[in-house]
Amino acid sequence: MKFYRMHVLVAEDTRSIMAGAKRVEEALKEEIRIAGLEDEIRVVPTGSLGFSDKDQVAIAIYPDNIIYCPVLVSTVPEIVKEHFLKGRIVKALAHPMEQKEVTMEERTSENQMNLDIQKRILLQNVGKIDPENIQEYIAADGYVALEKALFDMSPEKVIEEVKTSELRGRGGAGFPTGLKWQFTRPNPGPVKYVICNADEGEPGTFKDREIMEGDPHKMIEGMILATYAVGGTHGYIYIRGEYALSIQRLQKAIDDCYEYGLLGKNILGTEFCFELCIHSGAGAYICGEETALINSIEGKRGEPRKKPPYPPSQGLWQKPTLVNNVETFANIPAIISNGGEWYQSIGVEGSRGTKLFSLMGDINWKGTIEIPFGTPVGDIIDNVGHGVRYDRQLKGVILGGSSGSLLVPEELTTPVDFHALAHIEAGPGSGSIVVMDETRCIVDICLNIAEFFRHESCGKCTPCREGTAQICHLLEMIASGNGLPEDIDHLEKISQTMMDASFCPLGQTAPSVLRQALKKYRQEFLDHVHGNNCPAEVCNMNFTEED
Amino acid sequence: MEEKKHLLEQLHDIQDADKEHHLSTKKVVELSEKHGYSPAKVYGVETFYTMYSTKPRGKHIIRICENQSCHMANAKNMIHHLEKKLETHVGGTTEDGLFTLELSSCLGMCSVSPAMMIDDVPYGNLTEDRIDEIINSYKEGK
Repeated sequence: MKFYRMHVLVAEDTRSIMAGAKRVEEALKEEIRIAGLEDEIRVVPTGSLGFSDKDQVAIAIYPDNIIYCPVLVSTVPEIVKEHFLKGRIVKALAHPMEQKEVTMEERTSENQMNLDIQKRILLQNVGKIDPENIQEYIAADGYVALEKALFDMSPEKVIEEVKTSELRGRGGAGFPTGLKWQFTRPNPGPVKYVICNADEGEPGTFKDREIMEGDPHKMIEGMILATYAVGGTHGYIYIRGEYALSIQRLQKAIDDCYEYGLLGKNILGTEFCFELCIHSGAGAYICGEETALINSIEGKRGEPRKKPPYPPSQGLWQKPTLVNNVETFANIPAIISNGGEWYQSIGVEGSRGTKLFSLMGDINWKGTIEIPFGTPVGDIIDNVGHGVRYDRQLKGVILGGSSGSLLVPEELTTPVDFHALAHIEAGPGSGSIVVMDETRCIVDICLNIAEFFRHESCGKCTPCREGTAQICHLLEMIASGNGLPEDIDHLEKISQTMMDASFCPLGQTAPSVLRQALKKYRQEFLDHVHGNNCPAEVCNMNFTEED
Repeated sequence: MEEKKHLLEQLHDIQDADKEHHLSTKKVVELSEKHGYSPAKVYGVETFYTMYSTKPRGKHIIRICENQSCHMANAKNMIHHLEKKLETHVGGTTEDGLFTLELSSCLGMCSVSPAMMIDDVPYGNLTEDRIDEIINSYKEGK
């Protein structure tokens, strides 16, 4: 293998590519070639470097530990000539922690994350390795866990480790992963499926994408380990059709795995065989529900099935099937490498390990973060998100996506863990944190969420199909100044019915933000229906008193 | 049994290969006959998923997100602006057949909202000026 004295890592996640990262990569290669340095300096695309809220291209230089951001095609020649050729750092082009030298450490602590709070296990390689190069993943101790499992551990032992780790599913429901595996293993049959749920569609969620674009092998290794543990034979990655870059990188990763004997027949020379392929969805939020997802792979409408039977006994084509989320699988390699007890030492009682969150809304820093369970929501907003934008007042936080919960500022001392959040009728859900400042109108936010669910309800059961439409209609009336006081009661009744009677979690959780809003921000709804007044002046109240 | 698993993928393939990015009745009937299920079943499937269209569409498909994060970043104005700029409405195709404008559920680009995709290419931090610039670049590139 060639030795390079310098590596230039170009952030090439979806957002950076949007900002022109590919063009910068080409320019770098061209300039390096012109300077005659192509045998000394290697340009490597990598995942997000953590500047994901800006329309800017960032590059990291190793071993110099320098970040240039923003990099334009027009500034590339200067960087190459000055820094790469002459060894002088171009301070003016370095990331604006204003003209002082910006090192990896500073970037890490100041810009991207407060290291006291964050802990990177899942995102360990993101922004450091080339996601399209299996050798780099292997060099970063990739597939070590698989080797360990295949040669030193029985499948039962793998399940035991995962149980010891107390890992809970990261798809939203939080079911103990080890237990799910244990249920799946004894079910007999020559064919058993393992499915990765990569149908990340919860509004305000983009954390799985970070793994798939930045370190796809980690998730695949987790899947192979799971398959070994439950005795699986075939696997699918069910991914949203809209995630073009993720699909491309996963496909490359799968192809490389086949070539390296990590997938297919007799993996690493053992008896273990596993066939894995990608199945892309076609735009249906409901397919994130595991039985709907299974129907979708079978080529049907993505409507949920009756449970039981649960997928571990009868799933895809009536065969035993294990379904886990991207993030869940990505946790597995570290658990197997370091042991369940190690993992169990991170986080708090009942919620072990780290959790990815997508941070957005009216906040200073937006992006994907990884924190150990037990960190208070408010700390995440203040220390990682650097507080509310424009020094405004915080109004509330939507936690866990549109089907999640609504937190008022007083509740933000609650630690992020399953138990503590359950006390305030919340949960980490899909891992989305949407911060709202004082200028937001709660009716408007609820209406937007209602419109989403009206569109995404699959129509199979009446409470959800009719409920989502009625809620939307009533909120439209209230938001346009045509609401009546009794509409608030109607909203409460419909919400309750949907929660009690809907067939699947979509309908059961669709009204959850609304229900909490009606409780916690009731006065705002009353202002809308009584005074025809939108206190935040967001809603277009057609018929005011003066008219 | 095994061949059914690829129905969604097959529909994707047919639609991608189609000049007008849609699933024509003729193609759907052919597919049904090949696999021995009723055209109604296939129709049921194709109309369930947002990414399939039974109507002919333009050369480029614009999918703009209007969910939570984009909504908070003024997606509504961006949609109006697109409608004005393209002289069509959501669900419609421009007269020159170059663009079809569609709404999409969350595209997972919330940190750069408001966001849209044109075919497979994502665009974020949209402003009215940026939209004009992007649309013009496609118009010139045709």
